[in-house]
Amino acid sequence: MTETTSRDLFPGALEMMILESLRRQPAHGYALVQHIQQRSNNLLQVEEGSLYPALQRLLKAKLVKAEWGVSSTNRRVRTYQITASGLGHLEQQISSFERMFEGITLVLSPGESPAS
Amino acid sequence: MNWIPRFFRRAKLYDDLSEEIRLHIEERAEQLMGEGLSPAEAQQQARRAFGNRTLLEERSREVWQWPTVESIWADVRFALRQLRKSPGFTIAAVLTLALAIGANAVVFSVMNAFVLRPLNVPEPQSLYALQHGGEVDGTESYPDYRDLRDRNRSFESLVAYTVAQAGLDAGTDPTSVWAEEASGNYFDALGLQPYLGRMFHATDEHGPDSAPYIVLTYAYWHTHFQDDRGVVGRVVRLNKHPFTILGVAPQDFHGTLLFFNPDLFIPMESPLVAASDLTARGNHWVFETMGHLRPGVTPAQAVADLNSIGTQLERAYPKDESKMTFALVRPNLYGDFLGRPVKAFMAGLMLLAGLILLAACANLGSLFAARAADRSREVALRLALGSTRTRILRGLLTEAVLISLVGGAVGLTGSVVLLRALSAWQPFPRWPIHIGVNPDATVYGMALVLALISGILFGAVPVRQVLRTNAYEVVKAGSGGKAGRRIGLRDVLLVVQIAICAVLVTSSMVAVRGLARSLHANFGFDVQNVMLAETDLGMAGYSADRVPAMQKRMIDALKALPGVESVGLADGVPMGGGAGNSMVFTDTTSDLRPSNAVTAAPIFNISPEYFRAAGTALLSGRIFTWQDDKDAPRVAVVNREFARKLFGSEMGALGRYYKMWDGTRIQVVGIAEDGKYGSLTEDPQPAMFLPILQSPSNSTQLVVRSSRDPQMLGAAMRNALRQLDAGLPVLIETRDKPMAVLMFGPRMATVSLGVLGVMGALLSITGIFGMAAYSVSKRLKELGIRIALGAQRREVLQAALGRPLKLLALGSAAGLLLGVLASRVLAFIVYQATPRDPVVLGGVVVAMLLLGLIATWIPAQRAISVDPLILLRED
Repeated sequence: MTETTSRDLFPGALEMMILESLRRQPAHGYALVQHIQQRSNNLLQVEEGSLYPALQRLLKAKLVKAEWGVSSTNRRVRTYQITASGLGHLEQQISSFERMFEGITLVLSPGESPAS
Repeated sequence: MNWIPRFFRRAKLYDDLSEEIRLHIEERAEQLMGEGLSPAEAQQQARRAFGNRTLLEERSREVWQWPTVESIWADVRFALRQLRKSPGFTIAAVLTLALAIGANAVVFSVMNAFVLRPLNVPEPQSLYALQHGGEVDGTESYPDYRDLRDRNRSFESLVAYTVAQAGLDAGTDPTSVWAEEASGNYFDALGLQPYLGRMFHATDEHGPDSAPYIVLTYAYWHTHFQDDRGVVGRVVRLNKHPFTILGVAPQDFHGTLLFFNPDLFIPMESPLVAASDLTARGNHWVFETMGHLRPGVTPAQAVADLNSIGTQLERAYPKDESKMTFALVRPNLYGDFLGRPVKAFMAGLMLLAGLILLAACANLGSLFAARAADRSREVALRLALGSTRTRILRGLLTEAVLISLVGGAVGLTGSVVLLRALSAWQPFPRWPIHIGVNPDATVYGMALVLALISGILFGAVPVRQVLRTNAYEVVKAGSGGKAGRRIGLRDVLLVVQIAICAVLVTSSMVAVRGLARSLHANFGFDVQNVMLAETDLGMAGYSADRVPAMQKRMIDALKALPGVESVGLADGVPMGGGAGNSMVFTDTTSDLRPSNAVTAAPIFNISPEYFRAAGTALLSGRIFTWQDDKDAPRVAVVNREFARKLFGSEMGALGRYYKMWDGTRIQVVGIAEDGKYGSLTEDPQPAMFLPILQSPSNSTQLVVRSSRDPQMLGAAMRNALRQLDAGLPVLIETRDKPMAVLMFGPRMATVSLGVLGVMGALLSITGIFGMAAYSVSKRLKELGIRIALGAQRREVLQAALGRPLKLLALGSAAGLLLGVLASRVLAFIVYQATPRDPVVLGGVVVAMLLLGLIATWIPAQRAISVDPLILLRED
């Protein structure tokens, strides 16, 4: 039994995706899950609940802020919004992720090894 | 940081979170219903998609928590709830641990005080006492001490001291005090500053009689001078000599003898010490010599230094010196004099306390294992509901730690009470003996560590059980599906525990029985109806020629008291400590070297009526008369063993002669029965009785035989003696009192073994009780069915308690066997201890049976009173 699906991602991945979604537009938890699953073409099956611990972590680090309100479908929702420091953090995460991803791609690609 | 508002904000945060999650699931369900699912199906699927809500919510909350402390607090609260739900288990476990920790704390404190703790002086690490090589004796003569002190290059300074009793007259009632006679440099070399006034110094001593000074101990100043600061400079009388009080020693300094608290300190070169004692090289009266090693000098170097001085002294004074080789020892227990037996006894006691701990741990282990088995269903359920194994183990561990802490605290509290009482206790009114065993930080630390280790170690017994739990199987099958018939860990633990307890019970019975027996041995004198009055005419200033006349007057005065049958006088009484000793030679021996001696025998100088008063039987010959004085031929009454050793037979001894160490020829005029002279365990010893007028002594015991009540007779005796001389301190006690000193060791040993035995018994009760109660509760349903099917009480009991009782029998048998083997070791400490005693063997069997009965009583009642109807309805 795996404990949460987020275990399948690398640490911080879920937070990064949440921040990116929120950068586009503020959303509540349910909408965030929908958004991430759609954007990944359902490749990432995020267990819905696992979003909440991640959201709490972001809240605590003041990277997002939350407010109770009413949604467009007239539901009572708690809407999350990215903060200025959240934006900065996201930039930094993305660039370091891109570097890591590049590195992994280089190692995995069947080209010439740079040592020869 | 301000945590109060944070705390409330957090409550809001958690509420928000729960609400948010609820809304999330609701929204999902609504959407699913929109896709055509039924409300119930939609709800279920929404929940499934969300995942483990409780776990995720908990994890979300954890983000905000001060992680360790708060989750530990949560664990603690949960554990407390769990423990409250099973009070039987909790009480049994806490009690078990409390017993073990209490026993170990007491024994450890005593060891700490006796063996580990250094003397209460500055820099005790470099303080060493001198002991003669290869012997447990550290006595020196005063000239030897001075030579050692002045010639050595290893010690910063050497101090010497001895203890003596003296009569102190401070203007009111003369009292007998214990004085530490110390060398002048004593306080300076030990680095002690006065509490009041000044100490005496090396510069105060200018030869014999030169330093009539007193430094009071704080305790004596406090109790006898009522903290009077004006005491400094006052002149008081010690043995009738004027002494000036210089000051008061520091509050926490009780002299350099452990347990032995003197009342005051006086210099050695004071009027109390005879000038001849200060110059006689052969007179080894200085009790102990010690000093701080110089920085950088190792003990080995110091020993070499001392030995070379010893060789010089032996060469210079061949007549007086022998065996002048040295060893360095810690001064705490008077070197190895007391150190060796005390250390051996403490080691034995620690071993037994360790056994108690082991038994308690076995008990805890089986308790925890039984509890885990009981909770296997709960554990499985929690696992099935998504709790992690770590989480469950953490809970179990928290419970174990809680039980350890509570058990440890209870045990420690009990031991502190006991130790306080022990510290306040003064075992012998005559001797200033205090056993300072108040626990210190080391003891508390040790108790805590022991409690935690045993609690956690044995709380961990069920870990394997939890890790192996297959949630689905247990939930499906229900608990107790397979009642373990094979020999499990619990059974082994219980047998081990009962065996250990039986060992303890056996040893304590052997010890108690041994003591009882040695008290009924034939001492060679009467203990009943005899009183002793100890006086030292030297304390009242009598000169040698006036002593015998005064002693006769004292005898006559006591004899005139109503109810007194006879009064004897002796310079020492058997089993009273302090009797002189002499080598004995045959009459034909002319070279009186120690190696030519036939034997050595204690000497008791007695008055004519002593034998009658003491109740010692004269077997043949005559007793002394007052005519056996200095001018008469030297005569002796010897005991049978003496006659046998020296003359080959009892009958042949009468009228024959033997020689003393100094060559005096003595004729045997009577034979007395054998007795005990030095200790209760001794083999028959030769002893001799000499007429007191032929070797007079200041310090004597009046032996008074009477059938009157000792309390009233004592008062009358005191009165009669005071009328003779109001300035003479007298100590009046019953005949058994001085023996108590010699009995102290074995008595203490017996008491400690007895207590440990009782603890062992209590532990086996909790152990068997736990097992039996568990076995009954586990099989309650089965028992109910049996009763419903018409089983008799006996059969029910057999089914319920057969196994615990079988284990009890097995453990007891093993323990008894081990105990009998261990008792051989006990025989070294406890007198007359023999395990091959039907009373002991029978006693142990009966005791274990009784323990089994007591322990299984409640579970048995429960088994019999099972109501099948109620039981079968359950589940």
